[in-house]
Amino acid sequence: MSILLNENTRVIVQGITGKLARFHASEMVDYGTKVVAGVVPGRGGEKVDAIPVFNTVKDAVKETGATASLIFVPPPFAADSIMESADAGLQFCVCITDGIPAQDMIYVKRYMMRYPREKRMILTGPNCAGTISPGKSLLGIMPGHIYKQGSVGIVSRSGTLGYEAAYQLKELGIGISTSVGIGGDPINGSSFRDILERFNEDDETEIIALIGEIGGPQEAEGAEFIGKHISKPVVAYVAGLTAPRGKTMGHAGAIISAYGETAEEKVEMLSSAGVTVAPNPAVIGETIASILN
Amino acid sequence: MDIHEYQAKKILEEHGIKIPTGAISYSPEQAVYRAHEIGGKTWLVKAQVHAGGRGKAGGVKVCHSESEVLEAADDMFGRKLITHQTGEMGKGIYRVYVEGAVEIEKELYLGFVLDRSTQRIMLVTSGEGGMEIEEISEKKPQSIVRCEVEPAVGLREFQAREIAFELGIDSSLVQQLQKTLMGCYSAFRTLDATMLEINPLAITKDKSIIALDAKMTFDDNALFRHPKIAELRDKSQEDPRERNAADRGLNYVGLTGEIGCIVNGAGLAMATMDTIKLAGGEPANFLDIGGGATPERVTKAFKLILSDERVKVILVNIFAGINRCDWVAQGVVDAMKNLDFTHPVVVRLAGTNVKEGKEIIKKSKQPIIQADDLMEAATKSVQIWQNL
Repeated sequence: MSILLNENTRVIVQGITGKLARFHASEMVDYGTKVVAGVVPGRGGEKVDAIPVFNTVKDAVKETGATASLIFVPPPFAADSIMESADAGLQFCVCITDGIPAQDMIYVKRYMMRYPREKRMILTGPNCAGTISPGKSLLGIMPGHIYKQGSVGIVSRSGTLGYEAAYQLKELGIGISTSVGIGGDPINGSSFRDILERFNEDDETEIIALIGEIGGPQEAEGAEFIGKHISKPVVAYVAGLTAPRGKTMGHAGAIISAYGETAEEKVEMLSSAGVTVAPNPAVIGETIASILN
Repeated sequence: MDIHEYQAKKILEEHGIKIPTGAISYSPEQAVYRAHEIGGKTWLVKAQVHAGGRGKAGGVKVCHSESEVLEAADDMFGRKLITHQTGEMGKGIYRVYVEGAVEIEKELYLGFVLDRSTQRIMLVTSGEGGMEIEEISEKKPQSIVRCEVEPAVGLREFQAREIAFELGIDSSLVQQLQKTLMGCYSAFRTLDATMLEINPLAITKDKSIIALDAKMTFDDNALFRHPKIAELRDKSQEDPRERNAADRGLNYVGLTGEIGCIVNGAGLAMATMDTIKLAGGEPANFLDIGGGATPERVTKAFKLILSDERVKVILVNIFAGINRCDWVAQGVVDAMKNLDFTHPVVVRLAGTNVKEGKEIIKKSKQPIIQADDLMEAATKSVQIWQNL
């Protein structure tokens, strides 16, 4: 199976007329992703590299049967775009935009609660690299060629550390079922826990890699969930052992401000939940390989 | 973005919160003039720096005469205040706030934060004000009263009332506290704050609820819609290296080691610092040059790293996803040719076009040390640094 997306996922790109969005839309098409539409208000009827553009997400869904969305809309308007795709009945949305105000995300999360759980869109990001089910579909900005198809499920806050893990695995001949970027913002769509739960239920995923960093409660929450509910082996790496307290390390969410938010504390919690923690980022691949064999 | 106490107090006053009479001054003489303007017999002279713990560090003085005000202000101006929050470098005092003293009966703690667990705004209060919240939660955890704000309707009056009664304050003061809480929430919400703290929030002997200190932090990502807040940025309170980087659009945090790092991606940048430490060294900085690391950006990053005198060795760690290693390699070679420096440079490239990238570095004949993975890069950097 793979989680969140597969070869049948029909994708729209919100903000497709922007330079970056256009580039990545064409990269996704080359990878094999079914990019069926773009959405830019006021640009309906145009085409971007043969992809039809619509004024609203609802129009795009009606005309193309789209099921997922990728958002490249600038930060001041991105929260609104997420709500628009949630309201249009999409199943999955990846928000790439970095720099959305945190309080806007509070409203997005609250707004999404209006839909019953089974109809509620799954949001990953913002400020993430996207999700890929290798060999099937890519929804994001990651380089497709570093991912080999296989049975490791990756969930990562950082984009580049997710790449690093995928690349190391490929070098070792190990493939990935799905790799999910949940993003570096303090308030995000899906947590480690949400994605772990999906990997646990996925037939194709045999082992899960969790790549965390300093700041926020989501690694702790993930560790607790792993201890209680995850039957598959989990390998983790947590970045930021040398990060000073109270400083934002690049990602808006990577800041130590409370108990349990340092890398050491997170490593401790994950270890006690039975997770094998890789001591440094260069051995994430080897650590996974040693458990697989 | 942080602002000063006097700025936060002004914002709170605009939202209906009572504050003591006070005025800002930029020189000791002005401080005396301000004290005279305010009147009364007792004043507080408060150093305006972006850090907590000022009281214990000598940044707040109680003065009983105008000459004491002059002396206190004179002692503060131009000095670096080192508190437990500033780090060893301290923060410069260039503004002093003079405030009329009030007679306090009881001190409360009041804070609003963005709570990442509930993904909502959370109100945190305690009847044990004056201490820092960390200390309160350690020593008097049962005194803390929390309240989650439902985003769709905002903080409700009944919630504010509940808190007031739970804190056990005199019922004649409940309405005043309710007004204070509602005002703070409105400031927090409308101005996109990420933190608001009034500690202490005092109940005075004449039964008034008044903010004796105030701290506010704003969401950098929301400053585009709050130009008046953005104007309050005080660059004198920032680490000069970080200010320099921010003005050039680079994501940088200064540290105390001697191995400079240039990395793409925030996660990988942190991981690089960790690996240096693991190999026995100390990183000089965090630096994320972003996913699209163009040769120009690489040069900019080199300039920034070189402006830090501590740096002895430079480690470049690039995972080329969307961009290409050959491109980044060219950037490194260009920077070494065009900038005048003798620091050893260790480069680790991985991802797209890695072979071509390594080839460019080899052919350039620049004294660049290459590494295949992150551990090797860190180990080589540390070895070179140790042998300097």
